[in-house]
Amino acid sequence: MSTPGLSSSRFDGYSEARLLKRAKWSDGLFAVLGLLVLVATLLVLGALVADFINDGASRIDGDFLTSYPSRRPGSAGILSAWVGTTLVMIVTAALAVPLGVAAGVYLEEYAPKNWVTDFIEINVTNLAGVPSIIYGLLALGLFVQTLAMGQTILVAGITLALLILPILIVATRESLRAIPQDIREASFGLGADQWQTVSGYLLPAARPGILTGAIVGMSRAIGETAPIITIGALTFIAFLPPSPIQSSFPFVNFDWLNSPFTVMPIQMFNWVSRPQAGFHINAAATGLILLAMTLLMNGFAIWLRYRLRRNLR
Amino acid sequence: MNLKTYSLLAVAILAITACNKNATPAGDGATNAPAATSEAAPVAQGLVAADGSSTVFPITEAMAEEFQKANAGIKVTVGLSGTGGGFKKFCRGETDISNASRPIKAEEKDACKAAGVEYIELPIALDALTVVVNPQNTWATEMTVDELKKIWEPEAQGKITNWNQVRSSFPDKPLILYGAGVDSGTYDYFTAAIVGKEHSSRGDFTASEDDNVLVQGVSGDVNALGFFGLAYYEENKDKLKDVKIKANPAAPAVEPTVENARSGKYQPLSRPIFIYVNKKAADTKPEVAKFVEFYLDSQNATDLVKEVGYVPLPDNAQAAFRERFAKREIGTGFTGSKIGVSIEDLLKEKLVY
Repeated sequence: MSTPGLSSSRFDGYSEARLLKRAKWSDGLFAVLGLLVLVATLLVLGALVADFINDGASRIDGDFLTSYPSRRPGSAGILSAWVGTTLVMIVTAALAVPLGVAAGVYLEEYAPKNWVTDFIEINVTNLAGVPSIIYGLLALGLFVQTLAMGQTILVAGITLALLILPILIVATRESLRAIPQDIREASFGLGADQWQTVSGYLLPAARPGILTGAIVGMSRAIGETAPIITIGALTFIAFLPPSPIQSSFPFVNFDWLNSPFTVMPIQMFNWVSRPQAGFHINAAATGLILLAMTLLMNGFAIWLRYRLRRNLR
Repeated sequence: MNLKTYSLLAVAILAITACNKNATPAGDGATNAPAATSEAAPVAQGLVAADGSSTVFPITEAMAEEFQKANAGIKVTVGLSGTGGGFKKFCRGETDISNASRPIKAEEKDACKAAGVEYIELPIALDALTVVVNPQNTWATEMTVDELKKIWEPEAQGKITNWNQVRSSFPDKPLILYGAGVDSGTYDYFTAAIVGKEHSSRGDFTASEDDNVLVQGVSGDVNALGFFGLAYYEENKDKLKDVKIKANPAAPAVEPTVENARSGKYQPLSRPIFIYVNKKAADTKPEVAKFVEFYLDSQNATDLVKEVGYVPLPDNAQAAFRERFAKREIGTGFTGSKIGVSIEDLLKEKLVY
């Protein structure tokens, strides 16, 4: 298979100038196509956000953030919902990030390369595509019913952590894989053992990529409704979980983990299906705040990633 | 912070959550058991758990809101699992009160019995299913049950597609149908009342679990006809027109209103909606009994029910169900969805557990 034969059959009858023109044309076509797709995507997103702002922005004020749900749209608020979402996200992050990173590091750096590892790898990738309701059903059967843990913030956090674990594992592995082999070899050459290499060189270099995975995962978790509804999150709740800080020893308290709760997407879901137009405005306002919470969370992660990248240099 | 601090922090968080996980089953088992009293975890103190139908949700939500204002120490939670999902939790003893837009079914009765959950059935309001058309529809001001049956029965699928097939005086215009989702209690009751067989109708209509979608559909199409609960019509009177219903060709055409449903004139599309109370919870948890008494209080059961768009029961019925709860009479008076139940019938039912 020599190239001259191939090229002669393909290039016969074409002048060099024509070929160049053709390449330029297809290049330009792709650029225009890419731009169109980008503009279309941004337009949809922009329209959605504009619609939210148009419907809901005027409804957002201090009272909306500090009131409990109510039968009257005008006095209803999302206090229990945003507190619930925040607490569930804290549990999710505390469980999913360490577990996901540890599993990723093990699979990439420690696990022997054999069929068991391959099997696990394929399954982890497949798990990332399993519909979220399946995780909800698993949590309902295992945590809520078999282990009788109840419909609590802890169970919701575990469920969402399981849901985003594959994303974190894959992100960790990808960012470890992107580190040049030379770094590992250099570290071993200096006499470092495996753990010293991982903790001293690989993890710091992989942190930005891991954080990107965490952003994607947490953004997915914050908007999930189906698994949370399945495990039995409540819709009307007019009290807050017990405070995590107390005045007596040991000053922290984990009772809030066992508290019933609601989250923002459920509150939205409930309001959207109500007959009164006022509730639909509330739902739009809740959507805006959920968007803001996601941005805030991601903003923090991006800031962290930026700082880590700077330190790396 | 270096990596060591990070990993230490992560380990600490994991350890704490793990400890807590171990402690959870015992604490929460007590929370969920109906017999739980003062030794339950602090979170559970004075907690009333209600769950179930989305139709009944606004009423229980309003009651819970006002009740918690009047009784500061007691917490009430309301879930939205649907009537069937609500009964599943209720019959496992996980909730104290189950909201239901239809009476308890035979298999749910058996599940409750098997788990030893005794329940008190309390009708708390009426919902008037409303047939609606577009405001520009000038012809369909009243319709008989037979005409509606002709439209909705399974045999009509693909055949009854024009308004003039329903009644010859109607114009030659396509008939576009919207209806409640087939998993809803609303669909079950409507088909039982109109077609004569529960859960049986034509399939070629736009079905949605979200009634606001139906409102949008009918208000945007001159030739549309749809049905849903009265509250959705009342909130959208400017976009929709109601159809008066004649129980039979000789009967007067009755408009779907709170008064007509309450007096029993609006038939057969008025249906009772319920709460079911766990008897053991009512006996052992004073906060549950207190909440149900608040729910049945004549002023709350009239004003709050009306405020959220439903039809309050007549005074004599309210008094009778207050008495039923006071005596803790268990069991249900229903076997499947009954059609055209008048208030008098509701009161005469014999309760079977």
